[in-house]
Amino acid sequence: MNTFEFTILIWFSSIVAGFLGSLTGLGGGVVIIPLLTLVFGVDIRYAIGASLVSVIATSSGAAAAYVKEGFTNIRIGMFLEMATTFGAIAGASLAANMPTRIIAIIFGIVLIWSSYESARTRREEVHDKKPDALASILNLSSSFPTPEGPRSYSVHSVPSGFGLMFIAGMLSGLLGIGSGSMKVLAMDQVMKVPFKVSTTTSNFMIGVTAAASAGIYLNRGYIDPGIAMPVMLGVLFGSLVGTKVLVKAQTRSLRILFGIIIFFLALEMIYKGVSGWF
Amino acid sequence: MVLKSNPRYGLSKGRLEKVIGNLLRAGVLTAAAVTLAGGLLFLIHYRSTYPSYHVFLGEPTDLRSISGILNDALSLRSRGIIQLGLLLLIATPVARVVFSFFAFLYERDRLYSIITFVVLTALSYSLSGGRF
Repeated sequence: MNTFEFTILIWFSSIVAGFLGSLTGLGGGVVIIPLLTLVFGVDIRYAIGASLVSVIATSSGAAAAYVKEGFTNIRIGMFLEMATTFGAIAGASLAANMPTRIIAIIFGIVLIWSSYESARTRREEVHDKKPDALASILNLSSSFPTPEGPRSYSVHSVPSGFGLMFIAGMLSGLLGIGSGSMKVLAMDQVMKVPFKVSTTTSNFMIGVTAAASAGIYLNRGYIDPGIAMPVMLGVLFGSLVGTKVLVKAQTRSLRILFGIIIFFLALEMIYKGVSGWF
Repeated sequence: MVLKSNPRYGLSKGRLEKVIGNLLRAGVLTAAAVTLAGGLLFLIHYRSTYPSYHVFLGEPTDLRSISGILNDALSLRSRGIIQLGLLLLIATPVARVVFSFFAFLYERDRLYSIITFVVLTALSYSLSGGRF
């Protein structure tokens, strides 16, 4: 396979990955790394570099649209980005000293967990009781648009949410993913932020989190133009198409199918990590 | 509480979000265009070479630093142009944080100016390659 064929093939696969990633809400990065390593035999360090860059592209592209709709809470995002950026730096530094097979095993476990998380159905709960003292000082409570007009919500358990965000940032920096599932968990489950606000704010934060580790990866030579170019352009294009389709399509069966594929990819990552293939 | 900014100095809620949205969109589009241009050049130059990504070698030093990338891109090397596109992409969320920092300063929101500044510090630490 020469460079031309390799690039076109990676580009097409990345379009599919970006498309499925946005339809299911799992993001493109989660499929790109198993695809590049298991199918194309790319070293996991190049795969992580390419994935991180595509994560920045899709999250910034989507955030541009979401932020105008008024769901994104910029204050919650900025405050929690302190946790995710320092977490991402810690994760990227950890990745330098960790054997790649251990990274592959952790990747597989996180992959299974996040596909399980995203498949769970949630009730939309809105807490408008008195916010915690820290949430009041930080002015985190806000409102979001509904058909019946703006609806207020309050924010709780800020320290636990902040701690979980540090871990989300660390996983993002270590594995080259957006770790949106854990960001949503921290806001939606722990801090009692409404689900739609959690997902859009998580998406808003992913770009900054990924940028915090991308700088370190770039400097370490993990970001290869020949791989990152087709991956980033493909995932970006695929996810834009996916967002357009998402509005119309009934995605439940596709989500289940995608979940099964993800599960087997994750098992293979773990197996090959344990058997020393990476 | 819907409006959190001080109305006397405030950027209204919708306006800040609009500017951030446009900034992000412009950044991603510019980065993608530069990457695509570099990518086409790259395919013309290297189409019949054989890639080997099985073994990790790491990038040459000129593709690892901001100054090296600018240098390569200005001499129209395809890999340098792609890397410049990727660098612009990494810079997009950073630009968003820089903009928010000035927006919070303008709103006289001292607490969030500090918070945003801390995030900026982390980002510049990373972009300088993990050292100051």
